[in-house]
Amino acid sequence: MSLHPRRARPRPQWGTVAWLTVVWVLLWGDLSVGNVLAGIVLGLAVTTGLRMTPLAFHGRVRPLGVVRLATRFAIDVVRASFEVSLLALRPRYTPRGAVIGVQLRSHSDLYLTMTAELCSLVPGSLVVEAHRLTGMLYLHVLDVRQSGGIEAARRAVLDQEERVLRAFASDAELAGTGLPGVRA
Amino acid sequence: MTWVIAVCGVLLTAGAVLAVVRAEKGPSILDRTVALDIVVTTMIAAVALYAAIERRADVVPVLVVLSLVGFVGSVTVARFAAVEPEGEGRVRTREEVAAEDKARREAEESTEGGATDEHGGAAEGEVR
Amino acid sequence: MSWDTVADVGSAICLLGGAFLAFAAGVGVLRFPDLLSRMHAGTKPQVLGLILVLVGLALRLRSGGAVWALVLVAIFQMLTAPVAAHMVGRAGYRTGKVRHDLLVVDELTNDLDRLRKEDES
Repeated sequence: MSLHPRRARPRPQWGTVAWLTVVWVLLWGDLSVGNVLAGIVLGLAVTTGLRMTPLAFHGRVRPLGVVRLATRFAIDVVRASFEVSLLALRPRYTPRGAVIGVQLRSHSDLYLTMTAELCSLVPGSLVVEAHRLTGMLYLHVLDVRQSGGIEAARRAVLDQEERVLRAFASDAELAGTGLPGVRA
Repeated sequence: MTWVIAVCGVLLTAGAVLAVVRAEKGPSILDRTVALDIVVTTMIAAVALYAAIERRADVVPVLVVLSLVGFVGSVTVARFAAVEPEGEGRVRTREEVAAEDKARREAEESTEGGATDEHGGAAEGEVR
Repeated sequence: MSWDTVADVGSAICLLGGAFLAFAAGVGVLRFPDLLSRMHAGTKPQVLGLILVLVGLALRLRSGGAVWALVLVAIFQMLTAPVAAHMVGRAGYRTGKVRHDLLVVDELTNDLDRLRKEDES
């Protein structure tokens, strides 16, 4: 078996194909056999034609963690938007920002990306730079006073990462990060 | 119901106009990119508002396309943003443009006596 | 009070909320002093405003496959807005458009300077 990157037969990534099929079916709006088959064919064509590094998802999905992550995220998004709107509309106040660096616990690309996405949509912070190799995330905080201080903002990012890990990480990965109390 | 439409329309128009003002003022290309991204998203909201009033479902693909195009546009501009020289982002007045043209023409006339370059010479400025 | 009027009232409320947030995003992008703050105005109220408007539209349409495409638009918007903001912020840092004097704490510049000094020594 050749290990040459271009000569080796590419194995189809079924997770990505499934996601692309879901997108295709949602675009057409009705769930019929033709749409699903067309989605699978297109997904296979896209993933073999435009090759990207496959995403290694070794984790496992814990339903309780996912529910907690989703509800907390929804509450935070609503609160965030109203806070930023208030800040924009308050007559004589200009916000004082800061750029903080946070060292994340896990070293995986997937959790870094998810934490970065969620932190950008949630009150007060916006991801400016992410260093994959060291696991550092740099965020811009909109108003230091409104976030309760710099340490509170750092704590919020680490809490967000903890919720993501508790929702999606496997047991081995959780043990490696040193988080207390792994619940099944 | 009509006053809801009127209020929504006024709010969306005001938001878009303010974003366009920032696109004019913004001292750099990235400020303008952010402002125009907001204009595109406001357009999506306006098309959705129209679809809600008329109860039409066939303009929904327009929303999908607009959301994708808006994102790709701002990412492309950010990817190729180069270092702008100081004062380049400002809109110049007519006198300043005339003065710059005159200075450039004089510089060209003075260097024409020297070595002439085929094809205009090498690429100038930073390419990132 | 039938379900139709309830859905219409709910849709009207959602549309109003969404338009208000879009207006707040426009005000924010004009008023904030710095490139990075203006990106905040472009990401957060904008996304929630769009989601509210889409929910209002879904309540009005009430049936049909178009509602699922609206779910897709909302997911796309939530996935791509932070990425666009991140790329603009990174380009701003690299081309020197960020005003460091307005920041209270700037750890990214400190770390980059430290790494550059380590590379030179």
